[in-house]
Amino acid sequence: MFDYANADRLVEVVDLKLHFPVYSGVLRRQTGAVKAVDGVTFEIYEGETLGLVGESGCGKSTCGRAVLRLYEVTDGSITIEGTDIATWSPEELRRVRPKMQMVFQDPQASLNPRMTVSGIIGEPLDEHTSLSKKEKLARIYELMDAVGLNRDFAHRYPHEFSGGQRQRIGIARALALNPRFIVCDEPIAALDVSIQAQVVNLLEDLQKEFGLTYLFISHDLSMVRHIADRVAVMYLGKIVELAPRDPLYNEPKHPYTQALLSAVPEPDPNLEATTQRIILEGDVPSPANPPEGCNFCTRCPRVMEICHRIDPEFREIAPGHYAACHLHYDHDDKNAGETAP
Amino acid sequence: MTDRDDVPVEPANNPAGAGAAPALDPATEYRPPRNQWWDVWDQFKTHKGALVGAAVFILIVVAVFLGPYLWTIDPTYIDIRAKNQGPSLAHPLGTDQLGRDTLSRMLSGGRVSIAVGLTAMLLSIGIGTLIGVIAGYFRRLDGPLMRLTDLFLALPILPLLLVAVLLFRDMLSAAFGPEGGVFVLIVSLIGITSWMQTARIVRGDVLALKEREFVLAGRSIGTPSRRMITRHILPNVLSPIMVSATLGIATAIITESALSFLGFGFPPDFPTWGRLLFDSVDRMQLYPERVIWPGLAISLTVLSVNYIGDGLRDALDPRIRGR
Repeated sequence: MFDYANADRLVEVVDLKLHFPVYSGVLRRQTGAVKAVDGVTFEIYEGETLGLVGESGCGKSTCGRAVLRLYEVTDGSITIEGTDIATWSPEELRRVRPKMQMVFQDPQASLNPRMTVSGIIGEPLDEHTSLSKKEKLARIYELMDAVGLNRDFAHRYPHEFSGGQRQRIGIARALALNPRFIVCDEPIAALDVSIQAQVVNLLEDLQKEFGLTYLFISHDLSMVRHIADRVAVMYLGKIVELAPRDPLYNEPKHPYTQALLSAVPEPDPNLEATTQRIILEGDVPSPANPPEGCNFCTRCPRVMEICHRIDPEFREIAPGHYAACHLHYDHDDKNAGETAP
Repeated sequence: MTDRDDVPVEPANNPAGAGAAPALDPATEYRPPRNQWWDVWDQFKTHKGALVGAAVFILIVVAVFLGPYLWTIDPTYIDIRAKNQGPSLAHPLGTDQLGRDTLSRMLSGGRVSIAVGLTAMLLSIGIGTLIGVIAGYFRRLDGPLMRLTDLFLALPILPLLLVAVLLFRDMLSAAFGPEGGVFVLIVSLIGITSWMQTARIVRGDVLALKEREFVLAGRSIGTPSRRMITRHILPNVLSPIMVSATLGIATAIITESALSFLGFGFPPDFPTWGRLLFDSVDRMQLYPERVIWPGLAISLTVLSVNYIGDGLRDALDPRIRGR
């Protein structure tokens, strides 16, 4: 297990908000905002993997991109190695880009079809280093070795590779500048199951070898359980629960996490027969118009009266275990207000 | 950062016992990168139409630029006694109604027509691509630049050309000489009145490309906007630009002919393909060959350029290359 007592915080995100404005009417006035990320707070310790899970459209990819400042954030702070980069201009950000890199979801779309592999992996080197041609090629070969690509492939184009190989190219590009922090935005979602394991194991090996810190975004709960040290669960732009891996998977506190985990298929047929699925009713509300109070109150199986009025605070309910739910606030309130059995 | 720079280049588990030579410099161990333009040439060679087109175009260009030095009859020399002759050894393509040698007029006319076509095309593609890329990439400039494009599209081109010729011809003639002045005037007029379609097509493509993940990846690397455009955007909008360019040459040659016909282009005795064509239209039924020669030259040029563009577009796309 990860040693948190001696670890430094590499990334600290406080109350991060990212709202995409909605314009309508003849005058194109701003009439609302899609609250893709709405007040997210977490920190990532050096050398750990933080898993970020949630259903499609809950804002987890947007959150990962906002942390790297690929979007202009609406509010909040993003501190990397002690400096707040939330309001930096692109020119200022350029200097810290080598520290933080990203692996993208779709390995086909994230590689420029007109560039060779050596051009793609060499792009960060061109931008941030002044290596000679020969040194650059040596570094590219070194990176290709590290991710398990044949050096002979250096002058081929992305369309000549399989999905798994393309993802390796993307990983090599992210590693080129010796980053400390890598956001993996669903790096395995577009791959075959057999290739998923290869890529995840590669990511783990690279983490050990280079001491990397990952923010691992995924909707695959079993994969996150495999790779992550701590896990954050997102729902409708907010983190509802954040805990070390085992406590989260063994005793989830938030009803949404419970529902999510109950949906993970169980390989043992005997156990599978006894598992109780929590089926959520209804759809996710629109992030442009989230419900009053708790975001989850429209679908929560254990909803209380207070949930419709007050947005629960995200607070520590056990050591290292954070959740945003009224169920775990105050026992009097819970007993008084609970409607579901 | 520095402590990780010394990652071994070769896997450390490669003991010398395997009989392997000591690890070579990795850059020399594997074949060095082949210049990508060789790949482009290899693919271009496989496109038969493009090869024929290139051969025809080079032939035409060589003929019109070197031909006048070999066929030394002055294209403006009037020999009224030899007017309206058919093909003969002295005049292989015959003579016109004033007895001027048609071959030498074709050769020197082609020089101007091809020069006007190529330069005007380059100018119009340059302006169109610049405006299209800037409008597509920088959201703030999109509105103003596209309204400017609309404005140019709405302008009545012919009256504008006539006014511009009247206003600027004397000034430019004084600066570049009578023919040079008209050349500059016509090229710039055609250039700045035909870039709008290119700009619109390029803008649309850039808008779509900008949302692709590899552009986001470039941003996460910290690539500044200007290199983002040259490295990621421009190579990927090459195909529509190529198509516009090949069509643009044809349009430019024809617009120049129309201007000459209206008397606003080059002086009447100064031969261009368009001028030859229009001069011969009156006597087309008597001497059809005089329309056919310049028409054939214009068509061949346009067709060969189209095929070259087609082959180049395929050769520059790595996904098509090697198939």
